[in-house]
Amino acid sequence: MKIRSFRGGVHPPQSKNTLECETIKMGIPEKVVIPMAQHIGAPCKPLVKKGDTVKVGQVIGDTESYVSAPVHSSVSGTVTSVDTRIISFNRPITCIEIKPDGLQEVKEDIKPPVISNRDDFLKAVRESGLTGLGGAGFPAHVKLNPPGDTNVDTLIINAAECEPYITSDYRECIENTENIVDGIRAVLKWTGISRAIIGIEDNKPEAIRKLEKASKDFSEITVQSVKTIYPQGAEKILIRTLTGREVPSGKLPANVGCIVMNVTSVSFLASYLKTGMPLIKKRVTVDGSSVKNPANVEVLIGTPIEEVFNFCGGFTTEPGKIIMGGPMMGVAFYSMDLPVIKNTNALLAFSDVHAGLPEETSCIRCGRCVKACPMNLLPFELDRLVRAKLYEEAGQNHILDCMECGSCSYTCPAKRRITQSIRIGKDALKRMANK
Amino acid sequence: MEKRLIVSSSPHIRSNITTWGIMLDVIIALIPATGAAVWFFGLRAAALIAITVISSVFFEYIMRKILKRSNTIGDLSAVVTGLLLALNLPPTLPVWMAIVGASFAIVVVKQLFGGIGQNFVNPALAARAMLIVSYGSRMTSWSEPLSDIVSSATPLEILKNGGEMPGLLDMLLGKIGGSLGEVSAIALLIGGAYLFIRQVISWHIPVVFCGTVFILAFVLNPDGFDILYPLYHILSGGLLIGAIFMATDYTTSPMTRKGQIIYAVGCGLLTVVFRLYTNMPEGVSYAILLMNVAVPLIDRYTKPKVYGGGTNV
Repeated sequence: MKIRSFRGGVHPPQSKNTLECETIKMGIPEKVVIPMAQHIGAPCKPLVKKGDTVKVGQVIGDTESYVSAPVHSSVSGTVTSVDTRIISFNRPITCIEIKPDGLQEVKEDIKPPVISNRDDFLKAVRESGLTGLGGAGFPAHVKLNPPGDTNVDTLIINAAECEPYITSDYRECIENTENIVDGIRAVLKWTGISRAIIGIEDNKPEAIRKLEKASKDFSEITVQSVKTIYPQGAEKILIRTLTGREVPSGKLPANVGCIVMNVTSVSFLASYLKTGMPLIKKRVTVDGSSVKNPANVEVLIGTPIEEVFNFCGGFTTEPGKIIMGGPMMGVAFYSMDLPVIKNTNALLAFSDVHAGLPEETSCIRCGRCVKACPMNLLPFELDRLVRAKLYEEAGQNHILDCMECGSCSYTCPAKRRITQSIRIGKDALKRMANK
Repeated sequence: MEKRLIVSSSPHIRSNITTWGIMLDVIIALIPATGAAVWFFGLRAAALIAITVISSVFFEYIMRKILKRSNTIGDLSAVVTGLLLALNLPPTLPVWMAIVGASFAIVVVKQLFGGIGQNFVNPALAARAMLIVSYGSRMTSWSEPLSDIVSSATPLEILKNGGEMPGLLDMLLGKIGGSLGEVSAIALLIGGAYLFIRQVISWHIPVVFCGTVFILAFVLNPDGFDILYPLYHILSGGLLIGAIFMATDYTTSPMTRKGQIIYAVGCGLLTVVFRLYTNMPEGVSYAILLMNVAVPLIDRYTKPKVYGGGTNV
């Protein structure tokens, strides 16, 4: 099969140490902390209060807003607090803390949804609590219901998993291959999209083989291997690699006839349609130089990350940096008390040696960032403009099109924090626009 | 107290490419040419090279101190500048003139414009041009390789003014008159191959630069059809060292492939114009310097098309 790719990108060490680590289930934690916003869009309002008893799969947060997804309890137990906490991005979020009773009693009304048309399907997707599990956390029912002026002909299933270390999507492909195919067929059936392409990096031959075997009877599903190069799995990049189409600046994939879903998302959808159990658990790759036993762990949503690390044998060396997500785009956290949420796909802990920041020196105009940028931007120039506070000029140079993949900073010989500059510039521009 | 965790903006991993490593690769790539210089021109050449390099590093250190900036001699860029300047000097140049050249390269061209990455022309070439203007006769008096005889003409002078050209083998090996580092084509090509393999440079600038000179020299040959004539142009003078080591300087060459090709064609065109239609025998350094100045303009008109259809302004 022809292997496709894109222009630019970088080759960080893959470090996929946990490829062969079969998913192990972690038990019920001491407590779960469930934030009301685990997705892009409006936060949910809590539907329970302190002292209430809740059951597994019970809706504990929801909202009338369209761009949002309900939040469910991952345990049975007693609500011990409903309060505002700072979880990430320094944005206060209402969180529900539950003390599990250990019984894991399932909410009585959980049953497979009955679907007879597209609206039923979209309603079920919303009720499942599904948000994009690849990282961005966009509510799935919104994604599957594109604006009326678009004409979607291709469902892209993102199994590229181009970030180093992370193998949770790979394990999904290996362990739940049938579910992936079932999920794709359900989406195609109810949305009327004619074909699906599974995009997967060619460093995962076993997963490619299994997916091809499972989908061989369905001509509408193609498995397409793509070159292993970061950021192959970025939504806009994968669309171009697989279809040759470019999403115009500020537009949606649907504007070029594509909807992209993460492979674990589509697999979860299949299991929800079969069981009616909403999104309450997540497979997380636990790895990094400080972790004693790297593993793929199935974790209940809301489990504090410290308990997940402890489940993996704790630390061999004191961690200097904790990352939720991959090392290229993941977010560094300041506390081990934070919970695993819906779109957490990896927890990495690095020792001080690996966590330190290299010293920045002057740009030598070598052009490596320009070559690496998959969006064809001029990262060194954006870095310069932002540092000179010339935000509008940076905007004219398409700073807002940057997806913050980090390839420029990764490849820079002067170790300049280009991606960080670009984030600052984007933020400044957005604040100027809101004024 | 709770454990202290480092919080920083992603990416959390970096490649192992460093400015220092790139400069070290350039120095390694210049070892064959430096060795050839010492072989053909003796210990005097070795001393001239050593003093030029040491004084460049010294001026870098002093200037950073005076300007109250961080010490940058560790990035090895001053060593590269000094080495390239030395290799562009004639073997008989008085040592003090080389030191003047090094001070001009580092103090004026590099540090007064802000240091590494900020200079708008190649420091070594600018210093060479300054030395030619200031000490013209000393900068163009050549010595016979492997002997002490002064005033051997360079192949380019012979091409221009007539006389017996050296054999191609001597030109490949470097047994010809000329600046220290430019004589041995083989040594320069080995260095270029090393830089290419190490991905420090791409082939675009050297190949297009030399290709332009070859084609134009072939077409514009005043004596009519001769395949040897353009070959002499490639192998003589500063073309190879210029195309491989000077025109490829990151700071003073364009960012994009398209820009690099335009720039290299310009370098080749100007080189041929200087060599054939002016009273100078050699024009590589002026060609590169002029194209250095044009880089911001070239960069401006060769900005890549952004994903999704936008253009950089």
